[in-house]
Amino acid sequence: MWSRRSCRYRPDASGLEELRARRREQESALRKARRQQQLVSKRLLREDSLVNGDGQAGVEIASEPLSEQEILQLLRDVQRGTEERKKLLSRLRQGLQHKECQQKFVRLEGSMRVLIGLFTSSLANVQMEAARCLHELSHSSDPSVAEACLPATSYLLTYLSGHSVEFTELCLYTLGNLAVESDAVRKQLLPQGIIPALTSCIQSPHMAVLEGLGYVLSQLLQAREAPTKIIPLVLDSVLPQHMLRLVSSNLELGMGVAVEFAWCLHYIVCSHVNNALLISQGIVSTLVLLLLELASMISKAATEGLELLICPVLRCLSNLLAEDETEVCKVQIQDERLLVALFLFMQYFLQQHPFLVQECLWLLNNLTADEPIFCSAVLTLDLLPALLQLLSCSRMVTLLAVDDFLRQAGLQALEQHQDNPQLQERVRALSETYLQPAAASLISCADASAAVLTSS
Amino acid sequence: MLLPPELSVSLRVERPMLPVQPCTPPRAPFCFSPSRLRFHRQHEFFEDGDIHRHLYLQDILTNVTEVTERSKVSEFCCHIVGCCQVFDTLEGYEHHYNTLHRNMCSFCKRSFPSVHLLDTHILEWHDSLFQIMAEKQKMYQCLVEGCAEKFKSSKDRKDHLVKVHLYPSDFRFDKPKKAKSSTKHSKPPSKLDMSMPMDVNVETYEQSQVDSMEICPSESMENPTQPVSGPISSLQEKKLYKSRIPSTICFGQGASRGFKSMKKKV
Repeated sequence: MWSRRSCRYRPDASGLEELRARRREQESALRKARRQQQLVSKRLLREDSLVNGDGQAGVEIASEPLSEQEILQLLRDVQRGTEERKKLLSRLRQGLQHKECQQKFVRLEGSMRVLIGLFTSSLANVQMEAARCLHELSHSSDPSVAEACLPATSYLLTYLSGHSVEFTELCLYTLGNLAVESDAVRKQLLPQGIIPALTSCIQSPHMAVLEGLGYVLSQLLQAREAPTKIIPLVLDSVLPQHMLRLVSSNLELGMGVAVEFAWCLHYIVCSHVNNALLISQGIVSTLVLLLLELASMISKAATEGLELLICPVLRCLSNLLAEDETEVCKVQIQDERLLVALFLFMQYFLQQHPFLVQECLWLLNNLTADEPIFCSAVLTLDLLPALLQLLSCSRMVTLLAVDDFLRQAGLQALEQHQDNPQLQERVRALSETYLQPAAASLISCADASAAVLTSS
Repeated sequence: MLLPPELSVSLRVERPMLPVQPCTPPRAPFCFSPSRLRFHRQHEFFEDGDIHRHLYLQDILTNVTEVTERSKVSEFCCHIVGCCQVFDTLEGYEHHYNTLHRNMCSFCKRSFPSVHLLDTHILEWHDSLFQIMAEKQKMYQCLVEGCAEKFKSSKDRKDHLVKVHLYPSDFRFDKPKKAKSSTKHSKPPSKLDMSMPMDVNVETYEQSQVDSMEICPSESMENPTQPVSGPISSLQEKKLYKSRIPSTICFGQGASRGFKSMKKKV
């Protein structure tokens, strides 16, 4: 999808306000959904985002919705081939952009059968248009529409081993949209062999296909039943090795692929199914090197959307560091350049994406907790002033930064730097801030939060 | 943020790895001991990042990037003998080639959506030994990639596909070898003509024989040929292994088996 993030509508001032309001609405809807553990999103591949003559990207010009009679007539004409089939299907596809039209379509007897027949035809352009129609249906917010697409899944999976990049990509996004729809869909996809199909598809050299594949996987791995039903299957296959390869590849050409697989890895790691296996495959060093590379990209030039890749990688590393020691060897990271990378991220994203700062601090906590060596590195690299600055930012930041540092590991490190008066002074300032009356309320909040965090 | 100057330079400098030290027990006066924190997938700590990810999925993030233009070329013809389709984009041609010509059986000219299905077809249709061996052992392999089951008959395999893999019973790529003529069903009248064959491959709708596991090229108006039967010479047997287009044949550049250059078009 990265390469397809088409020229977006560049609105004027009033339009901008509208856009912001719309984004706020959508954001609050997503938050509500997440709190109810019903966070579901779908992707849409739509070719109609054309660039108009004056270079301004068109807002998708939706055509008129079709009536039931019109849909019926279109389908009959397509079956008989009276007119050029591709044009008819195009018209149908445009109609299917509307929800009412989608609902009418799936309620018509035999309509899906005809569509699937067209989807499996040998006429390439007819097949492509039918696939686009299916894709519009899969994107529907009405669950009954998406579930009507179930009979097509066996064909979608069969076509994954094909070689047409665009067609395969479309099939993948359609599958991804369907997979996230419901339990029932996934209960069908798994026995139909979606994991083996993805395993052979992941060897494709095409970025568009790989990004689509990452999308499908991420949708599957987000499912509620994923830790018990899906993740074990994925870990049993060769998919994890490919994921590790793809998460750090082709970053200059476009990060879409890496973003998708990074989120896949995050969903696997935070489910704590079998992280020991991933550790044995070298996930820790792969991700550390990736973070170092991303940090060096930041200092070169601004890269849009970098936070989408950094966020899941940070989460993976943090959770891996916290793996239960009795089950697996304690994960040790020994590259202190990671600290540099973390602070560079925090500096870069503090204004735009503060959520990333808290994720960085979580990793910092897990790196330095009970690790005087890492704390010492923080001091040696002169990163303490930055940490002090963050104290004023937010409650969460305060909690993690101060708790982390004033624990005995920090004290131990301090003992090793007795001969450095500047450092001593700075840490004293830090502990004084911590003990000030103004900070007392923060501390009590911090205590409460710490209790929650430690017990979770 | 007050970061030391030239900090990013230190990223590229090789630093000695930090030694690993055993952990020490907590000391007074602190009651909390430092610990690594672990969050499960639904933890509220992840909320902001997850929202950001989903906004990206829904494409609400207003970022501007270049759209890679579809490269239009002057019209050209498919070069396969007998196919006269015309194209004006490489992607269009690529899709046509992959649908019709790529996984093609050189015996009967039928094409298949995947190598797996093509191999199965060749084995079951064009291998005389297959019929003989099928009487003694289970030879019909499951169509789902990754499933290693084999069956005594085509019907058993279909039952397996339907029961275990939840495939539709009219799966297009699994029709029995003997071409059946479909009878006109007397179904309750529906708005769409359901007795019309589902596929739009063949131009004439009177021909209702649906071939098994294949996609008929629509350009050739021939009726589906009967599978080769009878004694097969050893020469033909050898042909068996060359009947599909070798995987080394591809068009375009380098390792990619399509027509697009790997380089992004600016």
